[in-house]
Amino acid sequence: MSLLEIENLSLKIGETPILRDIDLSIDAGEVMGLVGESGSGKSMTALTVMQLLPNAARAEGRVSFDGIDILAATEDRMCQLRGDDIGMVFQEPMTALNPVKTIGEQVAEGIRWHTGASRADAEERARQILDRVGLPEQKFPLSRYPHQLSGGQRQRVVIAIACALKPKLLIADEPTTALDVVLQAQILELLRDLVDENRMGLLLISHDLAVVTQMADRITILRHGEVMETGETALTLSKQAHPYTRQLALASTHVPERRVFALPLAGRVWAEPTGGGGDEALDPSQTEHSSRPPPRPAELADPPLKGEGKGAPLLDVQNISRAYPGQRLSMFRKAEAFRAVDDVSFSISPGQSTALVGRSGCGKSTLARMILALDRPTGGAIRFMGETLTGKDEATLKPARRNMQVVFQDPYGSFNPRHKVERLVSEPLHLLEKQPSAAERREMVAAALREVGLRADDMDKYPHEFSGGQRQRLSIARAIITRPKLVVADEPVSALDVSIRAQILDLFADLNQRLGVAYLFITHDLTVARAITDDVMIMHEGKIVERGPTGEVLDHPQSEAAKALVAAAPDLHRAIARRLQEQG
Amino acid sequence: MTLPVTEFERETFGSFVAKAFANRSFVTGFAITSLITGMALLSFFWTPYDVTKLIVADRMQPPSATHLFGTDQFGRDVLSMIMVGSRNSIAVALVAVGIGMGLGVPLGCWAAARGGFVDEAVMRFNDLVFAFPALLSAVMITAIFGPGAINAIIAIGIFNIPVFARVARAGALAIWPREFILAARAAGKGKALITVEHILPNIANLLLVQGTIQFALGILAEAGLSYLGLGAQPPMPSWGRMLFEAQTLMMVAPYLALFPGFAIVITVLGLNLLGDGVSDVLDPKLRRQR
Amino acid sequence: MTSYLLKRLLIGALTLVVASIVVFSVLEILPGDPARLMLGLNASEATVQVLREQMGLNQPILLRYLDWAGGLLTLDFGKSYTYSVPVAELVAERVVVSLPLALMALFLSTVIAIPVGVFSAQRRGSAADTLSMGAAQIGVAIPNFWFALILIYIFAVWLRLVPAGGFPGWNAGLWPASKALILPAVALALPQAAILARVTRSALLEVLGEDYIRTARAKGMPRSHVLWRHALRNAMIPVLTILGLQFAFLLAGTIIIENVFYLPGLGRLIFQAITQRDLIVVESVVMLLVATVIVVNLLVDLSYAIVDPRLRIRQ
Repeated sequence: MSLLEIENLSLKIGETPILRDIDLSIDAGEVMGLVGESGSGKSMTALTVMQLLPNAARAEGRVSFDGIDILAATEDRMCQLRGDDIGMVFQEPMTALNPVKTIGEQVAEGIRWHTGASRADAEERARQILDRVGLPEQKFPLSRYPHQLSGGQRQRVVIAIACALKPKLLIADEPTTALDVVLQAQILELLRDLVDENRMGLLLISHDLAVVTQMADRITILRHGEVMETGETALTLSKQAHPYTRQLALASTHVPERRVFALPLAGRVWAEPTGGGGDEALDPSQTEHSSRPPPRPAELADPPLKGEGKGAPLLDVQNISRAYPGQRLSMFRKAEAFRAVDDVSFSISPGQSTALVGRSGCGKSTLARMILALDRPTGGAIRFMGETLTGKDEATLKPARRNMQVVFQDPYGSFNPRHKVERLVSEPLHLLEKQPSAAERREMVAAALREVGLRADDMDKYPHEFSGGQRQRLSIARAIITRPKLVVADEPVSALDVSIRAQILDLFADLNQRLGVAYLFITHDLTVARAITDDVMIMHEGKIVERGPTGEVLDHPQSEAAKALVAAAPDLHRAIARRLQEQG
Repeated sequence: MTLPVTEFERETFGSFVAKAFANRSFVTGFAITSLITGMALLSFFWTPYDVTKLIVADRMQPPSATHLFGTDQFGRDVLSMIMVGSRNSIAVALVAVGIGMGLGVPLGCWAAARGGFVDEAVMRFNDLVFAFPALLSAVMITAIFGPGAINAIIAIGIFNIPVFARVARAGALAIWPREFILAARAAGKGKALITVEHILPNIANLLLVQGTIQFALGILAEAGLSYLGLGAQPPMPSWGRMLFEAQTLMMVAPYLALFPGFAIVITVLGLNLLGDGVSDVLDPKLRRQR
Repeated sequence: MTSYLLKRLLIGALTLVVASIVVFSVLEILPGDPARLMLGLNASEATVQVLREQMGLNQPILLRYLDWAGGLLTLDFGKSYTYSVPVAELVAERVVVSLPLALMALFLSTVIAIPVGVFSAQRRGSAADTLSMGAAQIGVAIPNFWFALILIYIFAVWLRLVPAGGFPGWNAGLWPASKALILPAVALALPQAAILARVTRSALLEVLGEDYIRTARAKGMPRSHVLWRHALRNAMIPVLTILGLQFAFLLAGTIIIENVFYLPGLGRLIFQAITQRDLIVVESVVMLLVATVIVVNLLVDLSYAIVDPRLRIRQ
């Protein structure tokens, strides 16, 4: 008999059906991957096993853990099981720990509760497990509070809590989604080791097919609360018998069709450890447009800016830095300033698509904001279409802003929820010298909406009437309405489900071809960088440490930071190949 | 990366009204508030008796069919006085909320938009006003500039300023880092324009809720001031003053203290329920079931 | 931690200085000459001038402010115009009524409100929750002076359990004196308790929705354990904020309540002093109350730091 057996599980919250006839089983020492897009019911399945469902939830069917009927178990019985026989790790490490209790208290609490150990004994065991998850005593005494730890360290504490009593089953609900790829690889490795050491069953929930393939022995694919396919991981994913499995796998590795930009780079550049950027190798005279941008509407035409001649870089960043004052050490002593961006130089040619890749906190977003003139550099200069942006006021920035727009990550947060689409998408028209009439404005919005694959009459709706992917299209429509030459996209697809992600990447590629827009694509996801960019810059601790053609850099990374990123990045094809190889 | 599925926080006016009228607090509060407001408006045209006429023959009558709430020591009809008194309470509290919002909201938005020194200065101004217990200062102000409804309004209004400044600032600070604000900045919009177009519509619900709370507090404060003889002056009836006069007669006519008190409690209760209802409807997060 | 507290301390001191300037200048523009008020309308201009000189009223305004503020620092509040006794003496006489009253009320409000709030949050949606929150909703709406009148009618006039007003003084014995304060304290406390109970409940419910509560439950902690050990401490921050505000409110509330019960406290003193244009008393008592509020706020800030380790930066 399996450790966990779920049969015909159906779940309703109020009148809304969430799960239908779920079957799933996990043996001791086995890793089961539960995959699905948002809203597929992955987390609810996990919470049913824990019996931590919302009050209004009603479950039917059979869930048996180690011979215990979970759905019939009393709350007292569940309290004995939770934390002792079943441990759980959650998605968001930043909020998963109680901010007013030390990590020692939080780890020891469960140990004391379940074993009745004395405070000293429980703390001793807490110490051991914290050491085990990679938080050694010298740097992480039990008296640390959660706010003194980083996200990855906090997730280790959560894992320590879940594994302190060597549970038979560990449930990990998107344990690495909030972390960057390097941390993700470390946490996954830790989970795998813990599972092997204690012969735990692991239910790994993820939206990321590559992660699950790396980790799981068997895989269950959920969609709309129903199991689509279940089976041995490598076999399931190599055969792709079920159409939805195929669809997921295709979307995960989707590469949009696009002509590769004629690279202006003579070669590749990397600098270590004090990279001054990579534009030395740029030979502007070789720049070519891969596609001719369509003629811009007359009302949008700008007088040619000075320096916007043939071959000049579109964007030229020279030695920019952004320092933040350090936290005070005491009343009288200031800590050294923290340099989020440290002496960065590079340039982008018209029509070129460049990725800016790095771990979280490496300074990517700060750099993007400075380029967009939303944040002021503390040193250096940014030139865009030949004009210096740094130190200018809003009025003189207008022409530059018209040619430089932005797409953000969060399709929910990028729109004022109280405005209609027409007003939202037309917002950048504020930048035009001459304000268009109401009719012209509607015409321009309609054109932009059609450009991104939406309908013109969508402009009278509110953003909440659109799905996440459609909202990201709106975001892009807003960015291109002034026919900019550069779009800065800050993680534009990382909040989207894989199938939607593939569509949005296609749209980006298409616009790049048709309109000749240059991109600065900020991402932590190497698959995305590979799919959509010609050129990649690797950023690490405020510096650009490597730059070159995307494929070349990602296939043969030179700098330590790039090597770490590439090694950590999950890759579906490689993961399947390795699994098949292991099985011979 | 799947984001937590958030309820998208947009409701058209129509859906807001529909949700509001399904909310018990809102319906009760709305009914009570309409009733009191209606009563105040009615009193301009009609009251059962004239409150300025003193009819000694009718003095101190307990509640009866002719005088529903009885009469006071001068023979005035208590129901009529409560009706006329409601005008005073509502006017004072409403204008005081207006003063607080009119000055506090721009101040709070300004602090949030500028940050740095301006923010610090606005916060310290708030600290300063909060350091004076509100009622104490209201007593001082009305005592210095003379008792009366106008001075009561000013006294209560001043203490509404930092309250609204704080709410507006906190709300605005939560909106500023949002991505749609960055997008507006990338569209070249300045801080003032962004505040008007993006910040204010998104903190309006917070301000509305705070407005009903301050309205209710204003009614209580006005009652307190007129109880001390610092509010509206006779012959204008006011609820607080009626209670003051009733106190000496409590042995013989306890009903005199009862009805004005009920009027205050019901009005304040109605406003608070209305505020609760509005915030329930606009911010379902707080009602979220675990 | 020290830098956080030092900053709060500095802000408190600054607020106090600005408050003293505000109080002084507001009362300066008050119409009426205190010397004339003291001597009555029949006094000759010459005698008024002599008194003005004695009281220092003829000095430049800045000097008078510095003089007064300097006096405050050394607890020398000057002399009352109407009572002709040192203000400090007057204050000392009255503070023994007002302070115990405010503290009693604060104590009552806290011991009623917090258990009710926790109880309601624990049984959210139950009949008991609906009932106690309904009562709190009404309690919030009741003006304390009206509530006082009702209490007087029930307990003093009707049941004759306690006096209807007045204060026998602490010399009359602990019990008679405390008995005189019971009704006023209850009248002050209950409406405040209603507010506090609501805040406690909603703060707790908000915390109970946090991720770390789920983590604690996943550890196997039962609901009640999670509520007391994890949620309550996190919910204390808004509760403490309201408690701090309430103390200021209770101090000021004594102005009305002491009038209802004819209690010789600070509130009545300041009310009388204002009507008698006894500037120096008004200034001093207001400053005293403002200083108390600032100190209480500092204590609240300090307790934030005790509750929340994130404020104890770099120990």
